Amino acid sequence: MKIYIEKTNESKNIKAKTVKELLEKLKINSTTVIVTRNNELITEEEKIKETDKIRILSVISGG
Amino acid sequence: MSCKNCQIKPVIKLTNSERSLCKNCFIKYFEKKVKKTISDYELVDKNDNIVVAVSGGKDSITTLYLLNKIFSKRRDIKIIALAIDEGIHGYRDESLKHLKKFCKKYKIKLNIYSYKKEFGKTLDTILKTYKKVPCSICGVFRRYLLNKKSRELGATKLATGHNLDDEAQSIIMNYFRNNIQVSARSGPITGIKRDKKFIKRIKPLYFITEKEVTAYSFLMGFMDKFNECPYNPDSYRGKVRDMINDFEAKYPGTKHGIITSFMELLPVLKDKYKDANEIKECLSCGEPCSQDKCQACYYLDSVVKIIK
Repeated sequence: MKIYIEKTNESKNIKAKTVKELLEKLKINSTTVIVTRNNELITEEEKIKETDKIRILSVISGG
Repeated sequence: MSCKNCQIKPVIKLTNSERSLCKNCFIKYFEKKVKKTISDYELVDKNDNIVVAVSGGKDSITTLYLLNKIFSKRRDIKIIALAIDEGIHGYRDESLKHLKKFCKKYKIKLNIYSYKKEFGKTLDTILKTYKKVPCSICGVFRRYLLNKKSRELGATKLATGHNLDDEAQSIIMNYFRNNIQVSARSGPITGIKRDKKFIKRIKPLYFITEKEVTAYSFLMGFMDKFNECPYNPDSYRGKVRDMINDFEAKYPGTKHGIITSFMELLPVLKDKYKDANEIKECLSCGEPCSQDKCQACYYLDSVVKIIK
């Protein structure tokens, strides 16, 4: 599925069954991001499909 | 898995309670928690003139939105916004653009003051020469202007968007640096002593994690892009933040643990340091400080004025 990581402005193609598995594969700490599918916020337990468009947004802004 | 309250698909799992909530329940939970902080710690009094320090980021926008929402019908309470433009190209200019649109939409008066106008140079210019501790010099200048300008605007309280993550980081930083006296001045409402030149600060998001603020901000449609300050990763705070986040991932509840235990200690610390550190006036600018010269004047004289 297509993954967009906002912090690093990267797009990746990665296979994963859940958001949790996806973040583990990307080595992203789940406390530092929120994840959206088709512009809707989803939890780590959510199952994801090959056709989903996933965005990973960093929660850290600073100042 | 579904929302604990209404069986709808959840959007977030709360780390401190393992509860999962849907969009509407999360928004209600979030707003109720902010109201409870305001009420429990008496952050707002009758006839308050609240100046909200805003950067245009998710934390300050959320603080401004909620204070305005909660108190807009109160005739005795005024809410105005105050922003500082440090001069960080590609970061602050973008967030201020967003902030101006937001304040226009909610009809909130916005006042902007810049380092360039107040100190003669932008942060980008200063940091081209002065490469040490960017967050330290920026923080000193920002706090200086926030206090001075909010006082000039007639503020009785200065509200900031500090969240639970920010506060947990500050507590740990103060422990590591043996600055426990600084921690004694913190909490949802700051200060130990009253001083007519020092505006009391209130932090309505004190008990809300950064992830929750981001989720709320996203769900409310305040913004869809969250930028990180380009100078942020190099800071000491950045290192402490990463360490706490690693612990939180391995041991969920760490951040809440830091804050909850600190709140137990805070009354003791406030009592211990109530007579320490007399508040003086800076001999150079007259602003309140603990030394003969304030930190802002120190940086102005030793760094900013010698940069061409």
